Amino acid sequence: MLQVSNLSVARGGKILLHDVSFSVEPGQALVLRGANGIGKTSLLRCIAGLQTPTSGKILVPETVAYAAHANGLKGQLSVFENLKFWADIYGGPRPDVALNSYSLENFAYQPAANLSAGQQRRLGLARMLVTGCRLWVLDEPTVSLDVQNVALFYKVLKAHLQGGGAAVLATHIDFQLSAESLDLTSYIASLNMSSSAFEEALE
Amino acid sequence: MIQLFARDIRLAVRSGGGFGLALIFFLIVVVLIPLGLSSDQSALALVAPGVLWLGALLACLLSLDRIFGLDYEDGSLDLLATSPLPLEAVYIAKAAAHWLTTGLPLALAAPVLGVLLNLSFDAGKVMCFSLLLGTPALSLIGAFGATLTLGVKRGGLLLSLLVLPLYVPTLIFGARAVHSASLGQPFDVPLIMVLAISLGAVAILPFASGAALRINLR
Repeated sequence: MLQVSNLSVARGGKILLHDVSFSVEPGQALVLRGANGIGKTSLLRCIAGLQTPTSGKILVPETVAYAAHANGLKGQLSVFENLKFWADIYGGPRPDVALNSYSLENFAYQPAANLSAGQQRRLGLARMLVTGCRLWVLDEPTVSLDVQNVALFYKVLKAHLQGGGAAVLATHIDFQLSAESLDLTSYIASLNMSSSAFEEALE
Repeated sequence: MIQLFARDIRLAVRSGGGFGLALIFFLIVVVLIPLGLSSDQSALALVAPGVLWLGALLACLLSLDRIFGLDYEDGSLDLLATSPLPLEAVYIAKAAAHWLTTGLPLALAAPVLGVLLNLSFDAGKVMCFSLLLGTPALSLIGAFGATLTLGVKRGGLLLSLLVLPLYVPTLIFGARAVHSASLGQPFDVPLIMVLAISLGAVAILPFASGAALRINLR
């Protein structure tokens, strides 16, 4: 479903990751690991199509559901209206199921601005369900969620995978589902490498 | 695309959405200018077309940075960019919503406020018509400017500097049409020019804005 080959990723003109290759099949989740600033977000933005990689190829389905650090919610709109909007944009299913699966049904008609940080995060994650996309790209999905809601997130993700979906995630916490993980540390575009390339270019 | 248009209008009319801001600014400008100028009625009628057009243009300028700025800040522009909707369509939907909540009310209010400037009823009709034809260009050009200054912190001033020169042709032809009408001269040519600017903006700017959005979101 997702195939990444020989990918180089840059941020602000500086190459962070070099020669990254992996693939994700339906029913699989891939967890990206690595220290802060290693380039997890940049890699995910490449997969989502927001950023062009410096080199390499990415094969993705036509539409990808992407959840960034920011939830992209409109505070003046109600919880339901927020989800309905994204469902309409993607042509996805009605928001009711998504609301129930993140137990937001009691807040459906409240303005999103009134929600707590954790509730807003759940709403941001519920957005993935209304997109109807099979590939989810999640950047730190469990930030500001408590233990119960992290479990809720795993439940939803598991159902998504069992339904033939796939996911790529960047996270720091222990991942409780059986999923492959990819440590990006071995792909760091090191200073030595770039300087040797520089010397080669000089010669 | 229609959903995005509808959402933007809904956001504009809800609290803190800024609907009516442009209209009130327009009202203030038009009410205050006769007080600042002489009380000579014929002098007022002479400057009325220019004052009304300039007032509408500045009122339009007020809300430009909100078109994309708010969505950029809360992350929804990133999400829209990853959605099946092309960025060109995002631009058109947002510019259209801006026009409906800013340009259209201004055009409808202009002949009424023209009375304060001693603008004749016939010239007022042309005023309304010229704004109806010209404000789409103002929204489209403004939204294009907003895509260019997207990542810039406090980009409002830069946006104004960028957009104002592009507004000049619309202003000249729009005010010219009303001025001619108030003197009883034919006004069809300047009106056609205003329409041409709007149509040209619809044809070209979606692509330019789509490219600017793609670069700025990277």
